[in-house]
Formats: sequence, structure tokens, C-alpha cells
Amino acid sequence: MSEPRKSVYRYEYRRSPDQDAGTPVRRPVVIVGAGPVGLAAAIDLALRDVPVVVLDDADRIGEGSRGICWSKRTLEILDRLGIGERLVAHGVTWKLGKVFYGDELLFSFDLLPEAGHKMPAFINLQQFYLEKALVDRALELKNVELRWSNRVVGVDRLNDGARLSIETPDGRYRLDADWLIAADGARSSVRSLLGLDFAGVTFADKFLIADVRMAADFPTERRFWFAPTFHAGQSALMHRQPDDIWRIDLQLGPEADALAEQEPERVRARLQKVLAPHDFELEWVSVYTFNCRRLDRFVHDRVIFIGDAAHQVSPFGARGANSGIQDAENLAWKLAALLRGEGSSALIDSYEVERVQAADENIGHSTRSTEFMSPRSNAELRLRDAVLALAPKAEFARRMVNSGRLSLPSVYDTPLSTADSAPFAGTARLGAPLPDVPLARRDGTPVHLLECVRGGFQAIYVNGAGTNGDRPPQINGIPTTVIGEDVFDREGLFAQRLDATPGSTYLVRPDQHLCARWRTFDAGAIASARRRALAQ
Amino acid sequence: MAKLTTASQFTDPDAAYRALLEARRNLSDEEAAKLDSRLALILANHIGDLEVLRQAIALAQQAG
Repeated sequence: MSEPRKSVYRYEYRRSPDQDAGTPVRRPVVIVGAGPVGLAAAIDLALRDVPVVVLDDADRIGEGSRGICWSKRTLEILDRLGIGERLVAHGVTWKLGKVFYGDELLFSFDLLPEAGHKMPAFINLQQFYLEKALVDRALELKNVELRWSNRVVGVDRLNDGARLSIETPDGRYRLDADWLIAADGARSSVRSLLGLDFAGVTFADKFLIADVRMAADFPTERRFWFAPTFHAGQSALMHRQPDDIWRIDLQLGPEADALAEQEPERVRARLQKVLAPHDFELEWVSVYTFNCRRLDRFVHDRVIFIGDAAHQVSPFGARGANSGIQDAENLAWKLAALLRGEGSSALIDSYEVERVQAADENIGHSTRSTEFMSPRSNAELRLRDAVLALAPKAEFARRMVNSGRLSLPSVYDTPLSTADSAPFAGTARLGAPLPDVPLARRDGTPVHLLECVRGGFQAIYVNGAGTNGDRPPQINGIPTTVIGEDVFDREGLFAQRLDATPGSTYLVRPDQHLCARWRTFDAGAIASARRRALAQ
Repeated sequence: MAKLTTASQFTDPDAAYRALLEARRNLSDEEAAKLDSRLALILANHIGDLEVLRQAIALAQQAG
């Protein structure tokens, strides 16, 4: 079972004309790694008219341990990239989590208690399906070139770019990039080739991860057990995926023998206790430990790290691939703006400012979850068990129970935001993605707010209480959506979530983050907030 | 910043001590440690102030 699962999709190596060039060909952006993060960056850049070359050392997708939980914000990003609906249709939608202590239910939680969002709290979907959807999308775009079986074996930093040495089935070639994006995962070759330190905490506890095929009518929810009788003393997690596949994660403790634990008979015996009386087939098994760590800096001149290449967390909380896709989105519009000559290099620095904040937040949550799940001494275990023992009786203790705090987008404390000059209530936050809101078009068809703010910077203006024809003047380079004119807030949720009053105006970044808002329309203020958000 | 109260607050401190004492009477070390862990959590939440909690932890550590 330590053999990798059969690959699901194969992609052929094709010789590129760049391999025959006498001097290295220069490309504006080269991305290393065709995983979810690298592909999301490639598609986002291509949609912003930046040509990209993506290099991947494999010729297939679908091997190895992979993410299955895709968060709402990730789905909103992927929806903007054109594959959100396909993924939601394919995946298993869920929003309920249940936490057990022993065999007793401690509590359940709803991750998206409010209605009116286009995307669900989470879907579960095998990572290879997500990657397949991204590859399909990338292949539709003429600006993306995918090069499979292209392994980066050398990186030289140039003053204004990077020179890559690439190994292929036809031998080596060199390629220059104005900008190199390293999206090559936790074991990033680019990172090691540049000799960068990847420091943090390694946790000793080992976990067994298994995907099984099983016809079962367990509910579609995340179920987490502390010390269940079927897995004495340790924690367990169960998740549903499409195709009758179930993910089971079992804590094994620090002393477990990683090889012996992957013996099919041993795995079967453990899983039988969890799944009885259901019959199941093993699809894939692995034993892992994990690290919480990050690069000190994500931007090294013209080499930029995104996803697991830049930071690593435990899998509890679905913060790995989800945060990587959010890195990709954060970087893509900034790099595109810079290449168009609109932003300064401080805009690239802001990628680091914002995404280091997110990485630290993720590492913090992930570390705390791990500490709760894997107490390191009898004294720590006693405190943890005290929380679990109090949980059925006291609300404060339930809130301390930590089985993974599930991924939510960060609220950036960022120089790109313009501080509020008037107070705003509601759930929208400066430096955070806009909350989604159901709206209606002029002809009555439904549309969501996040579908109305795609592309570049965009303003949203709320017209006077349903007055027809109340449009603010055009601002150069900033399209304006008028609520009450272009789209209609029939359910009043825009007004509620964005605390809108007639005349309220919002400026939204290309990554759908709110960067400024006012109680009245002021073209000069909007232009100035846009300049600030471009670090001009 | 809120400050940990170390001045006596009980009108009958002996009775308060007695209540804590009786709670652990006839308990093994392990049982008493479990009880103390729960008690610490309950009282910490009742205080509900992280700064005061940190001062209390520091005082407990210094006294050891």
C-alpha cells in the first residue's frame, strides 16, 4: 500500500521550441509547479493578459496524499477563474461539523449559518479532480503554456529575473524569466536550489490517512472524535468524498512505526473498528507527520514563493491548499498590474506583507489545533481532557475544544487599504474579501455580488432610495456597478452586510477585497484610494 | 489594564479554603490534579480576562 495510487490523468511531454534556442528565451512569468496553486496563479495571470509558462516535473496528476476540503473563499476564487460551478456540482457540499468525546456527541457547528452566498462553506473533492478542472481551464487559454516532464535543476538569480536550467526527456535547456513563481510544494526544488531556510516546528505525532471505497449512508458532515472507543486514546476524523470514497484520519502517536502501520492487514484491522459493519476497499493509505513552518520572506527579488513552497501547516483546518490558492490570487493581480506598468515594486512587497500575515495566522491556528489534539505530556493531556469533560456542561469549554479551526480568509492589515473616514457596521471588513450577497439584475435574473466584481478595480455605488437614473460620473479606469440601477438589492442583504446607505461607495480590489469605502461618492477620493491600493 | 486582585475578597477565608480542601478529600493525586484542571478552566473563564489570567499564572509560578 505504500505504492502510490494509480495516476488518474496523464499529460504528454512536448518539445518546446525554447529548447532549440541558442540563447535562453526570456519569458515574462514562469511558474514552477502545476499543482492547484501554480495552476490557479497561471490562469489568473492569463486572464489578466499575462502570458505564463508552467513547468512541472511530472507528466500526470493524481498521485499521493492530497487535499480534499475546499473552502468557500477558494471556491469564490475558482469561480472567478471559471471552474467554480463545475467543482461544486462535482464535489460533496457540507457545512456541518460534529465533535465527539469517546462515543458521545459533544456539539456540532455550522460553518455557514447565513444564506445568500453563491458558494458553500466547503466542498470535499479529491485534489486530482480539482487539478484536472484547472488543467482543462488552463488549456482553454492561449496565454498559458503547460510543460510537463520539465524538472527545474538549476536557478540563477539575475538582476532583473531568474535563469532556469530544466531537465527534460530530451535533455537540458535554459529559460529566463522576468519573474519566477515557485509553486512547487512543501519540498520545493526552487527553495532548495536557492538554499533558503525553511524553519519551524515539527510535530512528533504520526497520523494514518486512508481513503476507502464504501457504500455507507453516514451523514455528509465532518466528524471528529477525541478518544473514541474504536480507536482508543487517540483522535479520529472522517470526511465524505465523491465516488463513495471516505477519508479517515487516525492519530497514531509519536511512537508508531510508519512502515508497519501501512501494512494492508494492519490498516484493515484498524479501519474495521471504525467502519464496522460496513465493507470497504482500501483506495490509498499513507502515514504522515507534519510541520508548521514558513520562509522568512516570500519575495526574493524576482523569485516569489506561493503555497506550500512558502509555508506549511498541519492538515487540520484545511489551510494548506486553500491558503495557497489565496496566495496565487493575491499575487496574480499585483504582478499583472506591475507588468502593465501600473504598480510599483512596493505592490509586490505588499504580497509578502499580506500573505505572511495570512501564513502566520494559519500557522498559529494550526499549531494550537495540533497542541490540543496531541498533548505532549500527561499534564497537558489532563488539561485537554478537563476541557473535554466540561464541554457537555459548559459553553465556554465547548468553545475551547479545538479539532481544527477551519479556514477563513484573512483580514489584511495592509497599506493598500484606505482607512474609513466614517464608521461602517455590517460584516464587510476593510482588507477582507467582500461578503457575498444575492442580487437581481434589471431583468430580474439572480446574480451574486461576487459575480459583479471581477476583473480589475471596481467601484460599487448605492443610489438614492430606488431613484432611477442616479448614476455617479464615470471614473477613468474604474467601472462602477450601481446598486438600484444595474443590480437590485431586493432582499436588503447588501444594505445589511455592507452597512449601505444611499450614496455609499465601495472600492474593490481585483482580488475582490474591499480597500476603501465612503458614505458619499467622491471621484477624487476613489482615484486616490486606487493609487494607494496599487502602491503608486 | 485590569489588575489581578490579591487582597483578600472572602468575608470568611477559612470557609473558602475549607471548600477547596473538601473537594479533594479522599482523592488520589491523579484525581485531584484532574479536578484542579477543571477548576482552573472554570475559574479562568469566570474571570474572563486574559491579562488577569496571565498575572494569576505568573503569581502561581513565582510562588512555587
